[in-house]
Amino acid sequence: MDIMIFLIPAAVCLGAMGLAAFFWSLKSGQYEDLDGAAHRILIDDE
Amino acid sequence: MATVALDAAEAGCPSGLAPPASGDNRADPAAFVRRDARGRDTLELLVQGAKCGGCIAKIEGGLLALPGVTDARLNLSTGRLRVAWSPGALKPSVVAEALTRLGYSATAFDPEAATRQTDEEGRKLLRCLAVAGFAAMNIMMFSVPIWSGDGEMGEGTRTLLHWVSALIAIPAALYAAQPFFRSAWRALSARHANMDVPISLAVVLTLGISVSETLQQGEHAYFDGITMLLFFLLIGRYLDHRLRERARTAARDLLALQAVTASRIDARGHVSAVAARDIAVGDRLQLAAGDRAVVDGVIEEGVSELDCSMLTGETLPQAARPGGAIHAGAINLTQRLIMRATAEVRDSAVAELARLIEIGEQGRARFVRLADKAAALYVPMVHSLAALSFLGWLLGPALLRALGFEVADVGVRIALMNAVAVLIITCPCALGLAVPAVQVVATGRLFKRGVLVKSGDALERLAQVDVVVFDKTGTLTLGKPRLVNEVDVETLRAAAALARISRHPLSRALVEAAGPGAPAKHAREIAGEGIEANMDGVTVRLGRRTFAAPDALDAVDGSAELWFAHGAGAPVRFTFADALRVDATETVAALKRRGIGVELVSGDRPIAVAAAARAAGIEHWAGGVAPADKVARLAALKAAGKKTLMVGDGLNDSPALAAAHASASPGTALEASQAASDIVLQGAELAPLVEAIDVAKAAKARALENLRFSALYNLIAAPMAAAGLLTPLIAALAMSGSSLIVTLNALRLQLERGRPWTS
Repeated sequence: MDIMIFLIPAAVCLGAMGLAAFFWSLKSGQYEDLDGAAHRILIDDE
Repeated sequence: MATVALDAAEAGCPSGLAPPASGDNRADPAAFVRRDARGRDTLELLVQGAKCGGCIAKIEGGLLALPGVTDARLNLSTGRLRVAWSPGALKPSVVAEALTRLGYSATAFDPEAATRQTDEEGRKLLRCLAVAGFAAMNIMMFSVPIWSGDGEMGEGTRTLLHWVSALIAIPAALYAAQPFFRSAWRALSARHANMDVPISLAVVLTLGISVSETLQQGEHAYFDGITMLLFFLLIGRYLDHRLRERARTAARDLLALQAVTASRIDARGHVSAVAARDIAVGDRLQLAAGDRAVVDGVIEEGVSELDCSMLTGETLPQAARPGGAIHAGAINLTQRLIMRATAEVRDSAVAELARLIEIGEQGRARFVRLADKAAALYVPMVHSLAALSFLGWLLGPALLRALGFEVADVGVRIALMNAVAVLIITCPCALGLAVPAVQVVATGRLFKRGVLVKSGDALERLAQVDVVVFDKTGTLTLGKPRLVNEVDVETLRAAAALARISRHPLSRALVEAAGPGAPAKHAREIAGEGIEANMDGVTVRLGRRTFAAPDALDAVDGSAELWFAHGAGAPVRFTFADALRVDATETVAALKRRGIGVELVSGDRPIAVAAAARAAGIEHWAGGVAPADKVARLAALKAAGKKTLMVGDGLNDSPALAAAHASASPGTALEASQAASDIVLQGAELAPLVEAIDVAKAAKARALENLRFSALYNLIAAPMAAAGLLTPLIAALAMSGSSLIVTLNALRLQLERGRPWTS
């Protein structure tokens, strides 16, 4: 069961990375305009 | 003129989701320009009619093409447009004109009203939600081995897993539970209890008990339960918050829209744009044709006509001459006027109506929401049950021994454990989700049908409605005259050429009937009389009978009319009527079929009201009703035990909209009316009103089902917990299971779509 010493921190770190990514996306305003983002991807930028 | 026709065809939303704006963005936004941190001039505008990706590309592309504009960003969800340009590179009015050309109506924001743009509380809830979700998932990863390894897992491994869980759960729970702690503290300092008191208590007690169990290498720790509990509760809290925030934003946007500009003339005759609230008594203001007066005043120069339909419900324009009074809200139709302000914005006629609106809204604030009613019942019951089970386990054995039974004491630890189990299991996960989940689904469904529901409790009030009171002008009818008699195409086209230069409602109706075309050259408008032009050497006139065809006989039917005379030819008469909305009659019939009473109350002349009532199939009607009397009529209905839904659009309806049990206004209504009403119908139809009532009723049924289910769940789970039968596994299953069932039940509302509301 020694492997747990690596697995537990690894699992928690992965979760924490996901959490950090979510905070970053929240902070950079990616949830300000959900409708617009869905449409913007279809706009052609020349 | 070909370019004009081309632009008109392509104006507005390219997907055709919203009609192009008809009016001009005339208000000069210069007073709303601000310098941003990067030294650029920025302007915030609220754009109406932007619905799709094509709109984004069109608006942003169109504005970036203007010389000097460095940034243009449209938020499709809120309709807010932010434009930035290098200082002095262009005049702000150019931006407004560009938007008019693109076919969107836009209004500059009062920057003060728009400052709180980002929703800080919503972000905080989202952060708490994310932390709780992260903690719940990670701890579940450690809890599942404990549950499934039951009996085989060594005590050391179990305690290690408990400690790791504790290290995640303690900081996460203390962070994520902040919204509940804060709300519970506020309630307790005000000396009453809300739903957050048992939640906070459960969080703190459970954390404490679980840590003490872990220290004693005990079997049961509730770290997974507490984080999952917070996760589910925060979902409910966030949904509820989003609903309220949308309502608040809608109200704030409408308030910001009222912060309009006016053109002030200074002592040297120089005209400048000022914000309406900066107007002082005695200021000279210029009103171009099409402008709306923002304060009360007296006309000093110019002869024109005023459209007061928003103030009185009267469709026909009134004459304006020097010395005459002009009220805030009136629209100048034909020629430039110069007025002197006799009141500030806050003292103008509109402000009087605003006060009536405020009184009405105070009455509505007393409405108790369904969830609050449930909480009021729930909180004392849970607390007494938890206290009872603690005392029962602590004192019960001694009591039984006194009665002669052989029982051993269980101790404070077990008693506390079981009391906490009651608090956890009865924690209102399902109760917290029961109502917001339903309301979010219901408002989302109505939003797709073009009905903007401004708050969750509006939906609850709408479900109780048993009398609908309609206003006439602009609500049951389109609010603008339409050509009703048959005229040959050539005459119509010739008359429309003259009408094109005028803003008079009858002229606009004539132009609409004729379709696109070129305006007459060298035509001039004589205010209060009509339009005169010289076409190929022949004098052509369009206007009043006395102006265009003085020899013609007066038709006595009293309907709105225009006369057209082409040289010496026989004059032609055009008659107009304010047409009902296409589905007005059907809507009234559909309401009646649902057992809902329908009334028509209007400020217009009784003859016109009677005709509209007859056409729409409404038996109870009243004409010539003043705004205060509309409120009185609603009060009378309320006294008779009726729940009223007021549907209106004008300023004169706003107090009634605020006073009614629930209220709705069409999307064409004045901002003040939209601000005062609970729901806004965005299309040109009335039928969504019936669907809104149906959905509100279905939503209420779903919410009640959810509340009953939560009660049933608590009836089964709470005694189990009190009896000491609860394990962390059962708590986790019960909590997630009940939340899931409540959410799925709310989603059923989404499935019920497509049921035909007519026939």
